[in-house]
Amino acid sequence: MSEIATDPAKKFNIDTVETAAATPEVELPWAELGLKQNEFDDVVKVLGRRPTAAELAMYSVMWSEHCSYKSSKNHLRQFGAKVTEEMKKDMLVGIGENAGVTNLGDGWAVTFKIESHNSPSMIEPYQGAATGIGGIVRDIISMGARPVAVMDPLRFGAIDHPDTARVMHGAVAGIGGYGNSLGLPNIGGEMVFDSVYQGNPLVNALAVGVMRHEDIRLANASGKGNKVVLFGARTGGDGIGGASILSSESFDDTKPSKRPAVQVGDPFAEKVLIECCLELFKGSLVEGIQDLGAAGISCATSELASNGDGGMEVELTSVLLRDPSLTPGEILMSESQERMMAVVSPANVAAFEAVMDKWAVEYSWLGEVTDTGRLIIKWDGAVIVDVDPRTVAHDGPVYDRPYARPEWQDALQADTFTGSVHDGGRPSSADELKAAVLELIASPNMCSKDWITNQYDRYVGGNTAMAFPDDSGVIRVDEETGLGVALATDANGRYTFLDPYHGAQLALSEAYRNVATSGAIPMAVSDCLNFGSPEDPDVMWQLAEAIRGLSDACMVLGIPVTGGNVSLYNQTGSTPIHPTPVVAVLGKFDDVARRTPSGWAEDGQAIYLLGTTANDMDGSEWANLRGHLGGLPPAVNLERERELGEILINASRDGMIDSAHDLSEGGLAAALVESALRFNTGARVALDEVAARDGVDTFTLLFSETQGRAIVAVPRSEEVRFNDMCTARRFPVSRIGVVDAAGGALDLQGLFTAPLSELREAHEETLPKYFG
Amino acid sequence: MTETPLIGGAFQAPVDSRLAGARIGVVTFPGTLDDRDAVRAVRLSGATAVELWHADTALADVDAVIIPGGFSYGDYLRAGAISRFAPLMAQIIDAANSDAKLPVLGICNGFQILTEAHLLPGSMIKNDHLKFLCRDQVLRVENNATAWTNAYAAGQDITVPLKNQDGQYIADEKTLDALEAEGRVAFRYVGRNPNGSRRNIAGISNAAGNVVGLMPHPEHAVETGYGPAHTGTDGLGFITSVLNTLLGDK
Repeated sequence: MSEIATDPAKKFNIDTVETAAATPEVELPWAELGLKQNEFDDVVKVLGRRPTAAELAMYSVMWSEHCSYKSSKNHLRQFGAKVTEEMKKDMLVGIGENAGVTNLGDGWAVTFKIESHNSPSMIEPYQGAATGIGGIVRDIISMGARPVAVMDPLRFGAIDHPDTARVMHGAVAGIGGYGNSLGLPNIGGEMVFDSVYQGNPLVNALAVGVMRHEDIRLANASGKGNKVVLFGARTGGDGIGGASILSSESFDDTKPSKRPAVQVGDPFAEKVLIECCLELFKGSLVEGIQDLGAAGISCATSELASNGDGGMEVELTSVLLRDPSLTPGEILMSESQERMMAVVSPANVAAFEAVMDKWAVEYSWLGEVTDTGRLIIKWDGAVIVDVDPRTVAHDGPVYDRPYARPEWQDALQADTFTGSVHDGGRPSSADELKAAVLELIASPNMCSKDWITNQYDRYVGGNTAMAFPDDSGVIRVDEETGLGVALATDANGRYTFLDPYHGAQLALSEAYRNVATSGAIPMAVSDCLNFGSPEDPDVMWQLAEAIRGLSDACMVLGIPVTGGNVSLYNQTGSTPIHPTPVVAVLGKFDDVARRTPSGWAEDGQAIYLLGTTANDMDGSEWANLRGHLGGLPPAVNLERERELGEILINASRDGMIDSAHDLSEGGLAAALVESALRFNTGARVALDEVAARDGVDTFTLLFSETQGRAIVAVPRSEEVRFNDMCTARRFPVSRIGVVDAAGGALDLQGLFTAPLSELREAHEETLPKYFG
Repeated sequence: MTETPLIGGAFQAPVDSRLAGARIGVVTFPGTLDDRDAVRAVRLSGATAVELWHADTALADVDAVIIPGGFSYGDYLRAGAISRFAPLMAQIIDAANSDAKLPVLGICNGFQILTEAHLLPGSMIKNDHLKFLCRDQVLRVENNATAWTNAYAAGQDITVPLKNQDGQYIADEKTLDALEAEGRVAFRYVGRNPNGSRRNIAGISNAAGNVVGLMPHPEHAVETGYGPAHTGTDGLGFITSVLNTLLGDK
């Protein structure tokens, strides 16, 4: 297939294994490639000689923080350890593969995963965000699944900072430009503005795919004599060293521009690649498959070979190139997008080629699986890599980074909002409370996100049962039975900053609650842990605490972590971002027709508040608006979350509720306004009784962020049954109002009436005002 | 040319043998996205969906053709400019212009392809606000005498999703005047013009009324719960219309 006519052997001074053995004195640029002295020494020890230039390239990218999880591995083990037999019941594929796979029943399986693409999105927001979608979607294809939806949790700097518009426009357009072109509905996500993310925006991407059980594919190269093929886009100079240099160090001004390390995406190539792979799976034409993401061919060959049962031998000059001047090391490190590697038995070669030709996808046969236990890479016949693939892919360095509770943590936690100077003039009169509600719903974090989500296709595929701004995105999997899945992602960096252990648990609590609010049964977790530098003991403590908290909470809620990603070094100079563990929870519907939307629709239905409210203002959106961050986040009550979840799921299944919305950031005030604006249907609400029951003032009832709460709309005919169910479970519930379709307003009785048009204007004008 | 759905089990609508006998082709180009949705819309209406591949050289005895939305060939050139030269397009152009007047519906990228193929006049450029826009859109049925609109009442408002980047319909004034005069404006946007289209035009037909193109997506509004909130199924009328045409009821 190669069209490159030049004699590759003449292009470079090739550093062969033979040369390396004979010239131990040659100086190699290991430091520039991101390796530390002890890591380079380890490479030499593993090989028994100095590495060749190509081997050095491979080890440097595969042993980078991004690929090896060297700082977090010791802590991440808890996700695999804190798992009961009950939690494993539905797990078909666990952590360690490209993405975990969960059993949905009826022969269906679902795979989902969330990843970061933070640093590329800071440098080049459009391409960074676009290729973030591309990479996570290829992870899903690699499992044998058809991708069915994507989601994007985003965190940018202050809304009024001049650089935020650059990142916002680029990242949102990139997510839309790439995702929309793949035919994948974007069904949700998050958008948070906070100056801590000014120099380090977070662009996380989640993809979910579905498959029949028999179609599950794993990344391994087995069967001596099977052929190794690289297909999809050609290999170019983009993204070289991205994994090792970009993602594993902090930005500072002393280094040259890293723009060339960002990859450029081609969504059309990816769309064709998706269809082409699904046709390969349908015909059972591949034995093993692996996407090319971070570390490109280095990662794909070493992971396929080490997960298989033998070795692999490939000829690197067979790789199709966009740029014929690339060196072997660059080819091994290139992160060009839209590429896949597969292992094909000789009997299927012709059929494989026919599928490639049908979709006009380029491919080249690189070599074959061997039984030597070695990964051998040749350049025009000369051996330039001869390694045990496990040493590259799995046996990288592991660090027990020192960590300690920061000295300032106690003072931070002692600085509570209530009674602070920021709490001065707390709204109490009717007019003040109305102004406060309007201020809250217009604020950057609580305002309508339509400006973003209207740039994403939520309809394509025809299986989107719910999407943003509902609590979860809901996708139908089986058209005949209505079997489907719900997904929600959540994180609160402020909560986690105040208390990393509980903050991570609160992220899980909210995602779990969102899934249950939509009526789905929570089943599995994927997480994207966005933190600062692990070399800072304060940050390392945050990471260790967050992982410990999250894994403990997963045990209590009985849902396993099936995969995820760690993104470290998110800091500018010595200032890290807030620790931001983004937690995605996947739930299951037997029939998505039973889903519960977040908005009121039917006149006369009763509105109930589930749960009780305490004075949880620390870390809240209101405190944030007043410039305060201190104290302790809302108390975690996982048992309460589970009980609330059961009520919401049962009520959905038995038709007792027609709408449900969880209470989280912005508290009851935000939930009431969002429920009213969803379908433009107002309500009359009375708060005195609940405020008296809980012993809080009206302001606290409206703005506190106590966990384990939701509001639901109950048809009159179901009120008795619904109340009985809550009473039988001893779950606090109170009737706070009634849906009023004709009123056209949110009427908080005895306080104020806000016309829906006024609320909508406040809620929807913020993002257009800043971003056009 | 399989006729099984790609996701989920086979769904069977109540079978009317006359309807099932109607074969409606759905064309897939590399980069087409809404082909499954168009197939589902056909299936839900009771007709038989026939999947057509852009490189096919024959129309497989279909009675009508839908060219669905997406980004064929990535739309890296002008949208639809490459797809227009697919082997199957030559067949579609001939059949649409023949005495048999094959009904052809172009949705979004399909509409762009039909203008590139000169089956419909005018062209689409980038939305005036320069962003991709996805939202529920109200359309007014201006002409209910075409092969794809006869199930609607003239002047009826329908709600279907709109989602595109290059949705601004343009043509020279003379062409626009002719379209208006000949009643070939099939749909107009109601309310705020979502993309700057000339004279709020959302869709047009050819003179014979067998070829219709529009930017919004009726195939995303065919099933309760999976389309625009509350209404949801206004798009089914497109398929009902063409079945009326094929079965001679209109």
